[in-house]
Amino acid sequence: MHAPHSEFAIEARNIVKRFDGEAAVDGIDLTIEKGSIFGILGPNGAGKTTTLRMLLGIIDPDEGERFLLGSPEPISMAHQVGYLPEERGLYPSMKAFDAIAFMGALRGLPLAEGRKRGRAMMEDHGLGEAADKQIRQLSKGMAQTVQLLGTLVHDPDLIILDEPFSGLDALNQGKLERLIRAQADRGVTVIFSTHVIAHAERLCEEIAIIADGKIPFKGKVSEARDRLRPQVHLETRNLDGPWRTAIPADCKPLGHNWHFTLPESGVEPLLNALVEGDAGIESLSIERPGLHDAFVQIAGDAAARKMDADAANNNGDERA
Amino acid sequence: MIETIRAAFVIARRDFTAIIFSKSFFFFLLGPLFPLGIGVAAGGLGSQVSQEIDNSVVGVALNQEEAETLLATRARLVRSLGSKSLPELIILPDISAQEPDIIAKLDSEKSLTAILSGTLAAPVLTGSAGDVKRWQGKITLLAETALSRPATVNLETRLIGQTGSSSERNQLMTAQAGQAILILLTMILAGMVLSNLVEEKTNKIIEILAAAIPMDAIFLGKLFAMLGMALVGITVWSTVGLSVALLVGGNWNALPSPAVGWPFFCLLLILYFSMAYLLLGSLFLGIGAMATTVREVQTLSMPVTMGQLLVFFLAYSAITKLGEPIEWFAVLFPFSSPFAMIARAAQMDNIWQHGLALIWQGVFTMVIIRFSVMLFRRNVMKSGQAARKKSLFARVAGK
Repeated sequence: MHAPHSEFAIEARNIVKRFDGEAAVDGIDLTIEKGSIFGILGPNGAGKTTTLRMLLGIIDPDEGERFLLGSPEPISMAHQVGYLPEERGLYPSMKAFDAIAFMGALRGLPLAEGRKRGRAMMEDHGLGEAADKQIRQLSKGMAQTVQLLGTLVHDPDLIILDEPFSGLDALNQGKLERLIRAQADRGVTVIFSTHVIAHAERLCEEIAIIADGKIPFKGKVSEARDRLRPQVHLETRNLDGPWRTAIPADCKPLGHNWHFTLPESGVEPLLNALVEGDAGIESLSIERPGLHDAFVQIAGDAAARKMDADAANNNGDERA
Repeated sequence: MIETIRAAFVIARRDFTAIIFSKSFFFFLLGPLFPLGIGVAAGGLGSQVSQEIDNSVVGVALNQEEAETLLATRARLVRSLGSKSLPELIILPDISAQEPDIIAKLDSEKSLTAILSGTLAAPVLTGSAGDVKRWQGKITLLAETALSRPATVNLETRLIGQTGSSSERNQLMTAQAGQAILILLTMILAGMVLSNLVEEKTNKIIEILAAAIPMDAIFLGKLFAMLGMALVGITVWSTVGLSVALLVGGNWNALPSPAVGWPFFCLLLILYFSMAYLLLGSLFLGIGAMATTVREVQTLSMPVTMGQLLVFFLAYSAITKLGEPIEWFAVLFPFSSPFAMIARAAQMDNIWQHGLALIWQGVFTMVIIRFSVMLFRRNVMKSGQAARKKSLFARVAGK
């Protein structure tokens, strides 16, 4: 076993997990620095939850090794970790503030202190009146917030959230994003999995894209986007002229509109050629590719389509 | 280890308060009243029926003098033998001794089971085959006694303390009673553990628990919460039972004393109940943890109850065989050990063996918990191809 590096909140080396002989996670290497917001991006069934469960010590990998806050036995670091599982679960007969305190008590926070903090946190999140209600009396969104507060009540150094935005309406998604940023500002490491690219794009400094149990990309969001060249959207009055040599030969116009990848030579030579070659520019925009485009390029079209479908289903659930 | 105990306490406290402060716990406490009520009702009904069946009247169609002699003889014998032992007799003054008249009387008088006619020296009993067979011996006894000269004998009695054989018999009775209490309580209460993890699995809480605390702590906590609940129930039931017994009054000195003395025997009863509960409970918890739905738990209940019965039969059969191989097996086999040991406490006065037995039972409980946790992690939480590659000892030890 190799010694872990102390600057990493998470360190996984070649971890493998098989279910019934099929690899759900297939040799993942992952390091996550302390104090960052890290997103694990991938469609449902890609291996996100299995990876997180292995990192947390809920299940053991079949092969490889993992360290959580430097420890090879993740459960021993539980007092410093907060975890929100994908499938939310609370005791239905517990009072809301008690549920928060119980989750804190599991991770070493004295029950009385947990109850005090639980009430205060619920007040801070506008749920003060629900503090004494049983979980079964709360709406789904409220119960989800209670569980999230239970994840944070013991002031963990590392927070792991599995699909935290799933099932939340737009308002609560915004609240959650602010909460994640606030935790990161305090120096807490936040790791979350999602199949909604926009959340990762807005929140994360670093991401890992996971598809078919492997991680084809891990790095900064900007690095993922830089893998693709900017896209040019051009509208011209003329359809032919000497300026055409500045546009890729295989680019065909749609009426008077042209869409193509910015040539390696950059913007200036293109602009000069268009002006000097009398293209008659009606409009010109150069767009930097989004994370979605990067995801398609990295994970493949099939994975991207699946993730879009998952996100659409999720939105459907929220509306329902 | 300290963390496991701390975490187990968190789970135990949650479960214990959730059970104790639930409305259903009140019904749990009332539970023993139902069989008691049913028992009393069934007993009353049964005794009424048996009274009606046993209320047999034999008509006497002898001459007046012999008939009165027979009734006086019956009255004398009843004082020694009890009224149930002899049939009720009723003199039939207006009946002829002719067979058709007797048969007609038996047909018309439904309360009569048979009619005695003839003379005391040559009595004739008429009735159905069953009734005649039932009463012929006793009617013969009555007639013979009535014909003989009555003589009164006074029996002198001398009372001494317990003899060796009576003491042994009494301790055996205590052993049987102690074991019966232990078996009954374990049977009623241990099965409840079977469904103990279903709530966590149904409500997806198990994921939160598994990520926060060692799985051993979850199992231990649940087990001790249920044990606590069982002990609360037993305390309430025994307090009510003792109060009723004190109110009704009774000869407490007549209770056969166990070999280790009553105070230590009562303590051992509690300890062995706890161990029996923990042993069987940990096994049931492990089995129940494999089930994902209440229906699966219900399906598992039957074989589990049968298994319990086998263990009880083993312990029960060993009561009278102290020191024999079967009794030693019952003592050493962990699941029957508490029952066999409480029987020993009633019949043997050495105390050290109970310390050893309790340690042995405690160690085995931990082994079962470890094993259950391993199975749970592997089969339910879907963990550890790697764990499967470890040696059995390493798995059991949780290394």
